[in-house]
Amino acid sequence: MSDSPKKVIPIKASDEELVSLYQSSQKIYPRSVKGLFANWRWAFVWLTQLVFYGLPWVEWGQRQAVLFDLEARRFYIFGLVLYPQDFIYLTGLLVISALSLFLFTAVAGRLWCGYACPQTVYTEIFLWIEHHVEGDRSARMRLDNGPWGTARLGKKSLKHFLWLAVALWTGFTFVGYFTPIQVLLAEFAHWNLGSWEIFWVFFYGFATYGNAGFMREQVCKYMCPYARFQSAMFDQDTLIVTYDEGRGEPRGKRAKTDELQTQQGDCIDCTLCVQVCPTGIDIRNGLQYECIGCGACVDVCNTVMDKVGLERGLVRYDTQRAMKSGHAESLLARIFRPRVLIYSTILGLLCVAMMVSLAMRKPLKVDIVRDRATLARITEDGMLQNVYQLQLMNASESEQTYTVAVRGLDQVKLHKDAVEFVVGPTESRWVVLQVDIPYGTASSGSHKIWFDVKAKASDVVVSESTSFLVPR
Amino acid sequence: MSDFINAFWANYVAIIVAVSILACVLLLVLTARKKVVSDANNTTGHVWDEDLMEMNNPLPLWWVGLFVITIVFAVLYLFLYPGLGQNQGQFKWTSRDQHAAEVAKANEALKPLYAQYDAMKVEDLVKDPKAHAIGERLFMNNCAQCHGSDAHGSKSFPNLTDNDWLYGGNPDAIKQSITKGRNGVMPPMAAAVGTPEDVRNLANYVLSLSNSPHDNVRAQLGKSKFVACAACHGADGKGMQALGAPNLTDKIWLHGWGEQTVIGMINAGKNNLMPAQEGRLTPSQIHVLTAYVWGLSNNR
Repeated sequence: MSDSPKKVIPIKASDEELVSLYQSSQKIYPRSVKGLFANWRWAFVWLTQLVFYGLPWVEWGQRQAVLFDLEARRFYIFGLVLYPQDFIYLTGLLVISALSLFLFTAVAGRLWCGYACPQTVYTEIFLWIEHHVEGDRSARMRLDNGPWGTARLGKKSLKHFLWLAVALWTGFTFVGYFTPIQVLLAEFAHWNLGSWEIFWVFFYGFATYGNAGFMREQVCKYMCPYARFQSAMFDQDTLIVTYDEGRGEPRGKRAKTDELQTQQGDCIDCTLCVQVCPTGIDIRNGLQYECIGCGACVDVCNTVMDKVGLERGLVRYDTQRAMKSGHAESLLARIFRPRVLIYSTILGLLCVAMMVSLAMRKPLKVDIVRDRATLARITEDGMLQNVYQLQLMNASESEQTYTVAVRGLDQVKLHKDAVEFVVGPTESRWVVLQVDIPYGTASSGSHKIWFDVKAKASDVVVSESTSFLVPR
Repeated sequence: MSDFINAFWANYVAIIVAVSILACVLLLVLTARKKVVSDANNTTGHVWDEDLMEMNNPLPLWWVGLFVITIVFAVLYLFLYPGLGQNQGQFKWTSRDQHAAEVAKANEALKPLYAQYDAMKVEDLVKDPKAHAIGERLFMNNCAQCHGSDAHGSKSFPNLTDNDWLYGGNPDAIKQSITKGRNGVMPPMAAAVGTPEDVRNLANYVLSLSNSPHDNVRAQLGKSKFVACAACHGADGKGMQALGAPNLTDKIWLHGWGEQTVIGMINAGKNNLMPAQEGRLTPSQIHVLTAYVWGLSNNR
């Protein structure tokens, strides 16, 4: 980091050398860590995974509470029955998620990456298993560098067995959101899963196994687009994991005498911050694109500072502005800056709009399609007739009877009086309606008319417009 | 690859595909090692916007593995499936075959459902609400495009809800119409009738049969010319269902109405086609559909 953007960094002229443009990645052995931020991460692991693994088992009335029935194109979320036409809610959810990501990133950097991202969460679970089977960092490194023997073979087999078990259970749970999980379990028990179900259980399981067991930080470094564009949302006031260079340097082993200690920085160069880092970087080199903001180095440095009797916070969450100005301003005062306020306002408005829209959502949808074969015709009793197909979509879980009325033109009426249509629970039905006006009562051209579809039981009314054509 | 008239374009595409794959392989091999200036601080020495530097971070090897997989996949795919020029691939796959296989599979799955209806007579089938719903869906998907979703038809497409039938309205005739289709041909009759004046007189006579607005004098003059029409439409003009010749004595005018239209019809004739459905629908489906169509004009 240069102090002023004008400063030109001197580039040393150096010799050309032949290098490989591809490198095999160095395996990283993160040391396990305890502390405040590790606890937070585990809290999110429990929270997200209890929801993920638990939700498919929750029942709602006669069915699974959350079920995405792709074949029937009905999406059940507790009391809601969504049709593909409700896709706008998914769009809204994604926009809200994206804005939340922007907001959290602006306030405190890569919070999502460090605590709640599935890649982090599953890596944490897999690391926990690895830690309990093979031991901590140094034991794992010894094991990997040592000879193949029964001990190594046994530990590796046990680890992969446990990993695969978690991975397959994850895949099974994932499929349980699309096929009722109780049915899936019964199918599994009788060994007659459908081919697509098998494919997705294994595919999702394999992805979990591969990403959390092997790819790990490579996903964040090379694959994840969010990891890259989140840096663009950082500013001088974003809380990031920082090493307090002024306080820490010159680093080195603690000197014996107090006098010598005054010339030293607080960093004792124990390299624990590097050992715990899941992406294998040294936070003391400053902000790097690999840093996922997990705070492991903060936790471990605090325990070390406690041990050597120095103040905590040599590595801490801090902002670049505060570091530079020596905390002239309180951090809190800089949180409410325009960027954050704008994100919060838009996010709040969107959430409210989504809630209101969901609350006012009618459990009935109507689509109108004009008949393509006939624009208009004259009936035997001298009326001008247009024909329409109406799709009545019952988004409730009880059988509904709908009545249809038409309005918008002088003396316009349905050809048949008193039309009622019964539509089964969560089903949709196409019905054909003929609409008449007396010949000669409307000018030639297109006229706007409305169909009012009313549910008899609940008084829900949906009005949809269409055009009525009068030929020349 | 019958999309092209001659083999040139097939070869053109094949060569581009082969060269592209080869270029990818070469690119991977030739760029694996390269002379670069690398500094102590691991930058390439390129600086933009005063302090923005390019890091010299090599691509991870597993990423290169992904490139290799895509190349292997491409070669394997072109070996198994059509794609390389006119080569059909080892699997001899075509979208037509796949569609046919899927239709056959679906029909097989639906067989038990239709089995119960196969044994029922059309007259009984119309009373079955489930069969009616199936028939309605078949009608909407296969018939409504021409006959209208309410089956009332439109100009040149017969109304199926009245009791006027060109080829007969009993279940067997309807089933025949659906299965084999119908081709109603009325030849141009001007030469057989005589002068344009004769044709006009005849048109007025035809209109008079149904008591539609006409010129009485001309109708009387044209009456004798109707012998040319009687062969198909019958001496009394009531039509003949065996030939699909329409009844001219009612007020149903399939192809339009009025003196000019009738004159045009006599002069030019008409060729009206109902396509056969036997290639698209199974006999069981046609059976259920027949019941639905028959039920449109008969009390259920």
